[in-house]
Amino acid sequence: MTREGILSRVRAALGRPPGIAPAPPPLYFSPAQRGSEERVAGFTSALEALAGRVVHCPSREAARDAVTAMIAGKSAVASRSSYLRELRLPVDVPDATAYREACATAEFGITSADYALADTGTLVMLSGADESRLVSLLPPKHIAVVPVSRLIDSLDQLLQRLPRPAAQTSSMVLITGPSRTADIEQILVRGVHGPGEITVILVAD
Amino acid sequence: MTRGRVAVFVTCVVDQVFPAVGIAMTEVLQRLGYAAEFRERQTCCGQPAFNTGYWDEARRLARHFLEVFHDAEYIVIPSGSCTSMVAHHFAQLLPNNPAAQQLASRTWEFSKFLIEVAKVEDVGARFEGPVTYHDSCHALRELHVHDGPRRLLARVRGLELREMDAAAECCGFGGTFSVKFADVSCAMARTKIDSILRTKADTVVSADSSCLMQLQGAMRRAGLGIRTMHLAEVLASQ
Amino acid sequence: MSESFVPVEHLRGALADQRLQSAIYAATGRLIEKRAGAVSAEALPDYQQLREQAHRVKRHALDNLDTYLEQLEENIIAHGGRVIWCATGAEVADFILNLAKLRGANLIVKSKSMTTEEIDLNERLEHHRLEAVETDLGEYILQLAHERPYHIVAPALHKTRYEVADLFTARLGVERDLVIENQTLTARRVLRERFLAAGIGITGANFLVADSGAVVVVENEGNARLTSSAPPVHIAIAGIEKIIPRAQDLPVFLKLLGRSATGQPLTVYTSFLSGPRRPGEMDGPEEFYVVLLDNGRTKLLADADKRESLYCIRCGACLNHCPVYRKIGGHNYPGTYSGPIGAIITPQYAGVLKHPWLPFASSLCGACAEVCPVKIDIPRLLLTLRRDIARSRSWTERLAFGAFAWLGTHPRLYSLAGSIAARLAPRAKDGWLRRAPFLSRFGVFRKWLSQRDIPVPARRSFRKYWRDRAKGAPTA
Repeated sequence: MTREGILSRVRAALGRPPGIAPAPPPLYFSPAQRGSEERVAGFTSALEALAGRVVHCPSREAARDAVTAMIAGKSAVASRSSYLRELRLPVDVPDATAYREACATAEFGITSADYALADTGTLVMLSGADESRLVSLLPPKHIAVVPVSRLIDSLDQLLQRLPRPAAQTSSMVLITGPSRTADIEQILVRGVHGPGEITVILVAD
Repeated sequence: MTRGRVAVFVTCVVDQVFPAVGIAMTEVLQRLGYAAEFRERQTCCGQPAFNTGYWDEARRLARHFLEVFHDAEYIVIPSGSCTSMVAHHFAQLLPNNPAAQQLASRTWEFSKFLIEVAKVEDVGARFEGPVTYHDSCHALRELHVHDGPRRLLARVRGLELREMDAAAECCGFGGTFSVKFADVSCAMARTKIDSILRTKADTVVSADSSCLMQLQGAMRRAGLGIRTMHLAEVLASQ
Repeated sequence: MSESFVPVEHLRGALADQRLQSAIYAATGRLIEKRAGAVSAEALPDYQQLREQAHRVKRHALDNLDTYLEQLEENIIAHGGRVIWCATGAEVADFILNLAKLRGANLIVKSKSMTTEEIDLNERLEHHRLEAVETDLGEYILQLAHERPYHIVAPALHKTRYEVADLFTARLGVERDLVIENQTLTARRVLRERFLAAGIGITGANFLVADSGAVVVVENEGNARLTSSAPPVHIAIAGIEKIIPRAQDLPVFLKLLGRSATGQPLTVYTSFLSGPRRPGEMDGPEEFYVVLLDNGRTKLLADADKRESLYCIRCGACLNHCPVYRKIGGHNYPGTYSGPIGAIITPQYAGVLKHPWLPFASSLCGACAEVCPVKIDIPRLLLTLRRDIARSRSWTERLAFGAFAWLGTHPRLYSLAGSIAARLAPRAKDGWLRRAPFLSRFGVFRKWLSQRDIPVPARRSFRKYWRDRAKGAPTA
């Protein structure tokens, strides 16, 4: 009804009958630049420039210790990430009924990430068996433990590896630093809705 | 021994209000060995009509221009905005006219002609004092004229070029905009003038007389003793 | 041109407000610098190629919009979402009201969307006693203050911490606090409750991805993520022109958007959402709706010459760089969209004669076109709109230009007219006048002379000089 109305107005505006469109322009990707050492350095400086923290751990054990120290005595909730499970963190993974409340009340949300982008200091989180949305969103502090093998250059490389994110998940979120706003007098404030503190633990594996 | 003939299009503003600019430009061209020719039948490029939406009227002036300059190998113009009108917008106004389409290849804003055709940076000029340069919008953004004037000014003996922080901001002229939106236009001029004052230069130079008219008009009203000069006038000074 | 053509008083008011002036100029100045740093040759060596690619992709998408809309719909449905086609803002509001009633939702949370501003969504919902709480900090402040956004990217550009403190005390009952960080935490606390209690979350969409049935929402605060993840229903509202063909086109657009808007290589959060939660996902909405809005876009689409107006990705760069916007600010533009993009789309949506002054409120400096990430040739479109308007303008103006064109094609009369003007002109020392009582009878001269001196025609024109020179007459 309105659908037909709009589509027929579009077709009339374009002056063409319904049919297949000619092929779109070829895709453009900026070339990948770095080797893996540079990726770690790149990711670290990009995220630190945004007031995120990056911790380099040589092993999973070191990563576990780092997280444990950070959250000592504070409330924390972890995602179902299989990578995190292997670290055996002293953190609850809530079941479906307790999940939302746990995220809403915990001080720390702990996740891994599906990918990390070196150029921009970005974490890529796909909702699914491992990760979900609220655990990296509701708690005021976010810790992500990511093996270095998941570090890629940039968004270009991400979309080259993952041409159809929608085939896998209802939600792919790119997280680049702590939540921020400068809406009042252009003064920067962190943690307005999302986490104000973000720590990424890069694990050499 | 002449380097060739150059047909000058002085522009209606220069012809009627600031003839010294046209005189300076032809002097510089002659000094460099060109035979400057002023075709008497030239009038206006039609930009005011075009910019105000009167394209039929502008078209008539465009056709007249084409007729006057139909066989000129080089057309040199002391104005970024008029050059852009001739070189880019005539083609838009007269899409089926081959002469209009290829006009761009033989139309030159004055500083561009010096740098790219005459291939000269030192024109033997002398001009004492601190000068700041205003990038007129059409010259800068449509003709990509930025470094050229600065290189030419750098070779003027005695001249000290001081960059203003708002060099690339519009002076507020914009043709009929300066009158239809006089308050905004003057507010823009004031911002520009504040930037000029910060350089403590005593002369503002530009490649467009209309910009200079806007700035000079506002500076005089404010009682400021800063002088405006067209790039051609500086380059003609000895 | 009559005085009433231009909203002179209005503009004069904006210019006279020093505080506002400095606020706009400073804020836009900062954004200009940030963008420049982010698109420099070092930071983004392929910036010009990216712009060209973005322009090309948008052109293709809009030239084939019907196909991509259908593809988008097919993919949204395949992932469990629904598409709601709306010709007008009223239809959007009706849809939301009905859904809210069906689901028993009386609280709605909303993240920033110029599209919803365009259709006055909040007003429409409030009329039916449905509260849609703005959650973007700047928009939340404006909602409390009952004001319109000032700038596409920085809506509360004009509000100070003192005004915010007063507002929060008056509307939220909190103690007056001038510390901006505390003000922000107050808003966080208040809004967090709303997110978790709301029945419906409404977002806009920066891009609609046809091959994925997805909406992409970019932000820095996290409120769009919360809006689209916490409530059981997510509605994304977008103009039909937001379509891009492929997910793989996103790197080009995302790189341009953040950098052009605020100088950020990427905004803090970029959400790629393609439907309600899937089996096995812990959270996410149960229901996902994409509202495709026309509201005049098909009208713009129909004008092939001006179609590129629809390529806009709402970065705000043209506003930041426009010397006119930087002087008069966002509230002085009619319609939802201000600055150069507003000056070209508002006349097309509303009809050129509705605000005939708008395309003339530009000096055609071209700064906008230089920074537009999708290479919309805004000055060309302004000129085209002026031509459209001139066709129905006053006959006196047409006559004046006609007379000038006639003179300009009759060189001897042109030259004669020039000599007469020079002779009749008042003599002025060094060629400039402060006052010209006779001339000031004419609006054109009166307006110039009100704030600037005016040059008199030269005693001897250039053509006269040249003629004298040729004759060997004195030329000094």
